[in-house]
Amino acid sequence: MEEQFVKTEIRKPENIVYKKTDLMVDRPLSYCPGCGHGTAHRMLMEVIEEMDIQEKTIGVSPVGCSVLAYDFLNIDMLGAAHGRAPALATAIKRMWPNHFVFTYQGDGDLAAIGTAETIHACNRGENITIIFINNGIYGMTGGQMAPTTLPGMRSSTSPYGRDVPTMGHPLKITELIAQLPGVYYVTRQAVHTPNHVRKTKKAIRKAFELQKENKGLCFIEIVSNCNSGWKMTPVQSNKWMEENMFPFYQLGDIKVDGKLIEAAK
Amino acid sequence: MAKIKGDIVINTERCKGCEVCIAACPLTVIAMSKEVNSKGYHFAMKVNNECTGCTNCALVCPDGVITVYRAKVAID
Amino acid sequence: MGELRLMKGNEAIAEAAIRAGCDGYFGYPITPQSEVMEYLMAEKPFERTGMVVLQAESETASINMLYGGAGTGKMVLTSSSSPGISLMQEGISYLAGAELPALIVNIVRGGPGLGTIQPSQADYFQAVKGGGHGDYKMIVLAPASVQEMCDHVKLGFDKAFEYRTPVMILSDGAIGQMMEKVVLFDQIPRRTDEEVIKQCPWASNGRPKTRNHNIITSLDLDPAGQERVNLKLQEKYRQIERNEVLYEEIQCEDAEYLFVAFGLSARICQKATDLARAKGIRVGLFRPITLFPFPAMEVSNVGNRVKGILVVEMNAGQMIEDVKLSVGCKVKIEHFGRFGGIIPSPDEVVKALEQKIIGG
Repeated sequence: MEEQFVKTEIRKPENIVYKKTDLMVDRPLSYCPGCGHGTAHRMLMEVIEEMDIQEKTIGVSPVGCSVLAYDFLNIDMLGAAHGRAPALATAIKRMWPNHFVFTYQGDGDLAAIGTAETIHACNRGENITIIFINNGIYGMTGGQMAPTTLPGMRSSTSPYGRDVPTMGHPLKITELIAQLPGVYYVTRQAVHTPNHVRKTKKAIRKAFELQKENKGLCFIEIVSNCNSGWKMTPVQSNKWMEENMFPFYQLGDIKVDGKLIEAAK
Repeated sequence: MAKIKGDIVINTERCKGCEVCIAACPLTVIAMSKEVNSKGYHFAMKVNNECTGCTNCALVCPDGVITVYRAKVAID
Repeated sequence: MGELRLMKGNEAIAEAAIRAGCDGYFGYPITPQSEVMEYLMAEKPFERTGMVVLQAESETASINMLYGGAGTGKMVLTSSSSPGISLMQEGISYLAGAELPALIVNIVRGGPGLGTIQPSQADYFQAVKGGGHGDYKMIVLAPASVQEMCDHVKLGFDKAFEYRTPVMILSDGAIGQMMEKVVLFDQIPRRTDEEVIKQCPWASNGRPKTRNHNIITSLDLDPAGQERVNLKLQEKYRQIERNEVLYEEIQCEDAEYLFVAFGLSARICQKATDLARAKGIRVGLFRPITLFPFPAMEVSNVGNRVKGILVVEMNAGQMIEDVKLSVGCKVKIEHFGRFGGIIPSPDEVVKALEQKIIGG
């Protein structure tokens, strides 16, 4: 098939089956090449566009690599102090109960400094969506150890590998908060292959639909790569993630309709 | 007889050369360029017309630089 | 004339917040101010006006809940006492940097550290000079009566929205706990969502297709941009200094000596003024009501007419620095204070005036 034929016959506006949503601000992303943040942002915005709720959605961004998320997401946003996004989201949802409110947080934000805010928003069953990007490392500040860094995994503050006796075990915060009755839907997904991206988008859509029903907090963990922090190429990092992160942070639903999935217990 | 054919257009200036799209493509439509864009990245480019418009590459692209077209075309 | 009631200071704050149309209170218990939230919970303002009242998990969470609510244009309040206010400093800096309206009440107790539950005035520096990081100020109101506890809530909210700034009411454990009569203002209707959106076009409360998205942040990685932010904040503070000074002068017209005191200390000095005058000492009282903006010019005008100034504050000497900066070096200025929650008596204050200023 000739390239010219393709250009004239197929490359027509009416034949577009995929293009980046207009709810992503049209500017270059500041994330590293291959970083899952960009994909996660885009799926989130696609859901909001398809549900046509952008006028009623308020997002809270964290401190971390995605501190600049508010520059890329074409909805009203608030940048929270490190770890505090669930506190902001709590107040926002309580005072704008008919709006859709979400936080978008990294592993340090949600599971280190923000642990109390995370647990208590979950415990109160705030009708918000928390999106948790877990790449087992502190990207923005240069690759330090995170609460979710795996045993033996190297980082700039665990240069010989995470030493469990002195540095503790990785924190499975998602499984912890899933125990709380105020939490309704908990799932762990990924965005490094097309099938995983489709599943993540479905999970985000489900969480936002559930916000309409005031059933409680919906929590989506996205296990992602950090090729810069892990010191690999993007493709290598996705492979490393499959081989090392996924066995520990298992993908799939953890709590659905307010009930823990047996296998996840 | 009709066949589904696809096409991708890549915003080469926004591509950061992560190559995740290449791994996602079920065929071999995409390869990295020899040249670099103005940011210094090798960028992804379409190298043949086998594309079926499956959208795998665009879905997985962290920077959302790929637009995908698909149409039924008559093949004689 | 509004409704007249006998109320505790802390409760006056709570009732005034409901009547001012406050949208949300987010706080954490700490003595001596827990009555603020207890009153609010008991009053069920959600049924009265739709006001949200939520007990947060910490002061850290409280101030960040304020930031979230304020960032959407809602009228929000928190209250705490010294150690809890320390936990809020990061959040206050963020509120100032993001230019958000919010009201924070500090019912000051003795410190440092866990301190005591008795009253103190030792958080002046923290409130006025900035306990949080960076170049910022917030309007600081110092009530000296339960009536002012009520009035300053409405004033504080008004100024917070007028200038898009956090405002602090710097009270203390005695005024928080004392009972006095209050004239309560009539209920101001809480703003509807549409009114909030109209009053606060900068707020992030849902982007209509007719405008760009709003971003509430205090981050600007570009130094030139961050300098512009700071210059804008400084210009705001100069405007506040020009327009928002509040103070009271008591018997200053013919004064030879002067007390300068705020809050509870001013109440004590009022009595001390009467006692001293009865002894033939012509003393007056200058009472700053706004601690920021400090009534520098006004205290200088009065201060430079007298032979000596006794700054009375329940701390080791904090506001005295601003008095000295304002008045200059020609007048003798000394400090008198008690610590650890001990409240000086008017007699002690008169004796200090005699010993440190008149005698010395």
